[in-house]
Amino acid sequence: MIAVEQLAIRQGAFRLDDVSLTVPTGQYAVLMGRTGSGKTTVLEAIAGLRRIHHGRVLLAGRDVTREKPGGRNIGYVPQDGALFTSMTVRDNLGFALAIRRWPRERIAARVRELADLLGIAPLLDRPARGLSGGEAQRLALGRALAAHPPVLLLDEPLSALDEDTRNDMYALLKSVRDRTGVTALHVTHSPTDAERLADVVFRLRDGKITS
Amino acid sequence: MTEPAHRPRTDVPFYAGLLVLGGIYVVLLAGLLLADASYTTPPQLWAALQSAEIRYAIWLSLWSCTLSAFLSLLVAVPIGYLMSRHRFRGRALVDGLLDIPIVLPPLVVGLSLLILFHTFWGRWLEDAFKLLLSWLGIRRIRAITYDLPAVILAQFSVAAAFAVRTLRVTFDQISPRREQVALTLGCNRAQAFWRVALPEARRGLLTAFTLAWARSLGEFGPILIFAGATRMRTEVLSTTVFLELSVGNLEAAVAVSLLMIVAALAVLLLVRHLGSERNLAKVVEP
Repeated sequence: MIAVEQLAIRQGAFRLDDVSLTVPTGQYAVLMGRTGSGKTTVLEAIAGLRRIHHGRVLLAGRDVTREKPGGRNIGYVPQDGALFTSMTVRDNLGFALAIRRWPRERIAARVRELADLLGIAPLLDRPARGLSGGEAQRLALGRALAAHPPVLLLDEPLSALDEDTRNDMYALLKSVRDRTGVTALHVTHSPTDAERLADVVFRLRDGKITS
Repeated sequence: MTEPAHRPRTDVPFYAGLLVLGGIYVVLLAGLLLADASYTTPPQLWAALQSAEIRYAIWLSLWSCTLSAFLSLLVAVPIGYLMSRHRFRGRALVDGLLDIPIVLPPLVVGLSLLILFHTFWGRWLEDAFKLLLSWLGIRRIRAITYDLPAVILAQFSVAAAFAVRTLRVTFDQISPRREQVALTLGCNRAQAFWRVALPEARRGLLTAFTLAWARSLGEFGPILIFAGATRMRTEVLSTTVFLELSVGNLEAAVAVSLLMIVAALAVLLLVRHLGSERNLAKVVEP
């Protein structure tokens, strides 16, 4: 479950007041809004990357409002992928597991499993720089899913992709949801993303959420 | 009625202008090197290399510049990272302060160092340093001022400012997004820095190191004032050029200048080579 209760964010002239939404466990929610509406800000607040002025964030039944990003047990896929370009594809996939000090064999097995799920097994030993847009987004998704987070946060993950690649990604995101049972919140301005993926649609307009 | 087809004018004058203006400077630099090279002969170079004082100066220059460059990185990485990633009260003031060694005449930096070590705390530091030396049983170095530590400190004071600038720009150009992703993946700030930000900054680290090294090699004024020009003690290559010139030994001065040019070119080329995309990629591809 992802729940945001009466969230308020102040940042210079920008402010959001009283934003609330709930995504039931296992559901794929799409949060829509125009550029500048603050939808990314809400996502970053859930991820713990943005200071919140007021309100609560609950993830998988736990109040994580005061928790650091790393303690929230989330998978986060930013818009541009933000891959670790100084590493290989393999090390990107295994990053969260290395931080959690998983044993080497377990990491290798999990990386292999993710690479198969995402169809990037042939790329494992390539450097993460120089991947195509679709490959980069698959890798960013795999890196986010590695440690089995119950919650997945996606920020415009498909906006930079061409039509064909985007269709592949819709299928992939659906299969990820079905196979992992992850609760997802996907921020976008694309109505197609919502049509193709959403169980629940939220709209952020003038600082208010409607569903 | 249709408009007549538009054809853009020729690009020749544009490129000719670029080549002429840029060429003037390149020709000037090449001319400087050629003039030095034609002024000296291999026997003169050889004679310069035979001098014990000059050999000492070469050796001191090489290791003091390397040490200064490492020390510069040691302070430039944290300052560059903090200034690039964080907004804090007094940031503009710190920013201005960091530029002082760049805008100040190097001579003034040397004088200021000398004065600093004449203040109460400066003397206290020097006395403490002397105690440490005697406790460690080091006899080769006797003090900070007018001794080897002064050479390093003079080079470092100026070179570090250039390293700070370089790394600040480097971290500015690395999106903080990757570190944020690392944070969501379970890192604390230190892990995100060591595992993600610093490896991404390796090109900038190399550039900052080279710049600090080259700047240290060229340092002269602060060393002369703060460390003196004692032969076989605080004499670096730039001091040698000055000392040889002051006694009218133009041939030796030019020979040593040429040595400095060769050393600087060697370091620049080496670092360029190490820092090339292909060699950096080897770090990633086993």
